[in-house]
Amino acid sequence: MVTIQFVPYTEIEGLSGLGKIRKLLNIVKMNKIVLLQGRLKKEEEAELIKTTMEEIDKKFKGIELAVINPSQTAKDGLQKFKYSMLNTFFGDTQGLTVIGPSNIVKSIKKDPNKIELLTKEARKR
Amino acid sequence: MLGKIKKFFMNFIGGPKQNFRLGLYGPPNSGKTTLANKICLDWIGEEMGKVSPISHETREIGIKENVIIKGKNGKELTFNLVDTPGIATKIDYEDFMKTGMSAAQAKKRAREATKGVIESIKWLDEVDTVMVVLDGTQDPYSQVNVTIIGNLQARNIPVLIVANKADLRKCKVKKVQSAFPQYEVLGISAKYGKNIDKLYEKLFELARQ
Repeated sequence: MVTIQFVPYTEIEGLSGLGKIRKLLNIVKMNKIVLLQGRLKKEEEAELIKTTMEEIDKKFKGIELAVINPSQTAKDGLQKFKYSMLNTFFGDTQGLTVIGPSNIVKSIKKDPNKIELLTKEARKR
Repeated sequence: MLGKIKKFFMNFIGGPKQNFRLGLYGPPNSGKTTLANKICLDWIGEEMGKVSPISHETREIGIKENVIIKGKNGKELTFNLVDTPGIATKIDYEDFMKTGMSAAQAKKRAREATKGVIESIKWLDEVDTVMVVLDGTQDPYSQVNVTIIGNLQARNIPVLIVANKADLRKCKVKKVQSAFPQYEVLGISAKYGKNIDKLYEKLFELARQ
């Protein structure tokens, strides 16, 4: 069974960069897939990878990560303008971030308008 | 601040910057060390590091100082080449065991590989210019690629994206270009030297940014 936990942006909004990463990784390490409303800052994404590497051990093998940013899929100038305005007012709440433990999520394919999540059965311990 | 003033004057004068750190970034097995070896063989006459079909062969930052390349107009460009371990979001020692390694070897490699990824990320603050080396036969939309390029953009570091393995039929340079439309993408084969002269010319342009 795969558990998906939705995390609204309001839950991480007031946290520091490290606080956000800690919260998200704690959920992932409980073998749950995180669906985060919005996205992390680019520096926070790099920090998430770094922290993940620091915590890899016998049980935790890492994460699969994908971010959908609507402003990157805008087709014309009007859409781009609309999303840049939305970004100005709502910042990182735009888009969707998927983070899953790599022992459950085999891979995430982004195309870039759709996300395909390939899962595998969690290993028995 | 000093860096910005220097950049302004360099742009004003129009000459490429010199003695900068040129980083090679990308996911594992994209051909960063193969490209570093090609550059070093062409201009210094010696290789930089070992390459392998098994991922995470490069697990430590490699630096080759004072690499001097010459352009068509006879101008020279001097830089320190920084080869970084591939950035990944997961490392499982059991994947290494599938290649025939013993459990002890695989665990050691995995441990070193995680440290290598951490070092690569730390070095994002140390490089001046970056060539992002992507495997042109793989999905360019992978989040690791997006995160690397996004972090370089956030740090205002000039970037050239190379779609490596252009000698293979599966290599899709246009797909890489459509994934990163804000950057120029150059299809190369580091192994066979395809488009390598174009890459050297692009380095001069990159050093002017």
